Amino acid sequence: MEMEGFMALKAVGVGLTVLGAGIGIGKIGASAVEGIARQPEATNKIQTAMIIAAALIEGAALFGIVAATFLV
Amino acid sequence: MKNFSIYFLLFATFLSFGLNTFANVEEVSENALHEFEENLEQAETEFKTSDVIMHHIADANEFHLAGNIAIPLPVILWDKEAGLKLFLSNVFHHGTQAVDGYVMEHGIVKKVVGDFPQGTQEVEVHHGEVLANGHHYATEGKTTLLASSSFYDFSITKNAFTLLMSVSLLILMFVGMARFYKKGNKIPKGIYAALEPIVLFVKDEIAIPNIGKDKYAKFLPYLLSVFFFIWFNNLFGLIPFFPGGANLTGNIALTFVLAVFTMIITNINGSKTYWGHLFNPPVPMALKPLMIPIELVGVISKPFALMIRLFANITAGHILILSLLSLIFIFKSYMLAPVSIAFVLFMSLLELLVGFLQAFIFTLLSALFIGLAVEDHH
Repeated sequence: MEMEGFMALKAVGVGLTVLGAGIGIGKIGASAVEGIARQPEATNKIQTAMIIAAALIEGAALFGIVAATFLV
Repeated sequence: MKNFSIYFLLFATFLSFGLNTFANVEEVSENALHEFEENLEQAETEFKTSDVIMHHIADANEFHLAGNIAIPLPVILWDKEAGLKLFLSNVFHHGTQAVDGYVMEHGIVKKVVGDFPQGTQEVEVHHGEVLANGHHYATEGKTTLLASSSFYDFSITKNAFTLLMSVSLLILMFVGMARFYKKGNKIPKGIYAALEPIVLFVKDEIAIPNIGKDKYAKFLPYLLSVFFFIWFNNLFGLIPFFPGGANLTGNIALTFVLAVFTMIITNINGSKTYWGHLFNPPVPMALKPLMIPIELVGVISKPFALMIRLFANITAGHILILSLLSLIFIFKSYMLAPVSIAFVLFMSLLELLVGFLQAFIFTLLSALFIGLAVEDHH
């Protein structure tokens, strides 16, 4: 009984982490698209910056997932 | 109708969910022992998703192809009492034979605890317990960072084999490329033509902007090596059969070593301003007690984040693909296969992108840290 509640809490932790990642990457995507709309010539630079920021946020989110899944 | 195939696919998907509602007729057995044995056998052959997935992303001492067919790999063990032991992994006969007190369960070599006869011995291995000559024995795994045991495992496992293979491939390609350019050729042909723009990309977009035009040349070999090493190993991990099929960059020991390399290179090449700022950051006096621990922890935490980022991205991708494939076995229906395979195809394309992106991010952040360390006083 205890083990199942425990496993469910792990899954809730993972879900919350992914929620944070989703919000962060969504905000980056929104500003990147807005920046491209304002100045289409800068598309390449904005795209590169967006991909880098998204990978960093994903790194933080996956750190949370690893901690919730493997370390607890 | 033009879209007939799509309607058929949707109909087949709905039908596959409906077919599962036909219940099995259960027989009431007079003999309770008979029923217990049946349940036990069903539990043994049942598809346990998490076990299968963990078995696929973990390391193993043989390349398991199908059923009982496996490609054997050398097993090199150092037993603390008996010394060096060398076999090929097929002496274990897929877990039905013990050699010198060692057995193999699910492709991983384990040692039998307690008095066990030397030489070969017929055994049965279930869930870490060994049954031989009517006696039950327990088993122990190899010595790791967290567990101490009576033997060290230095075998050429799946991961070690893939590592050696990808390093040989890298050396072959890039030493050949260097020789080609040294001979005076300006226009590359063949594989060198494909690699040249990527090498220039790493130099112009990653090394020079972050380290500076005058200092980048010293670090460019390391950045190129780490980029191509991570990228090729990510690609090898996506191939499901031999010679791929080993989850190398999803092994935290490997990413730990790469992060340690970045940490060593950053700190050895740190300029005086870098070390000065570590112990005496240029902030107002009131903030100094807060900033100094943060800067010191930052020396360790930045490579730590590099390690976790690469490990978690690659392992999570593999777990995702395996889970989608396991859907077929959980629902136990053939009709689900096209849907599942379509999902897996999409996820694999995404994993190709993630493999390249993670190599790029690791190299970019390494270049950034090196650049911050070698920067002179401005």
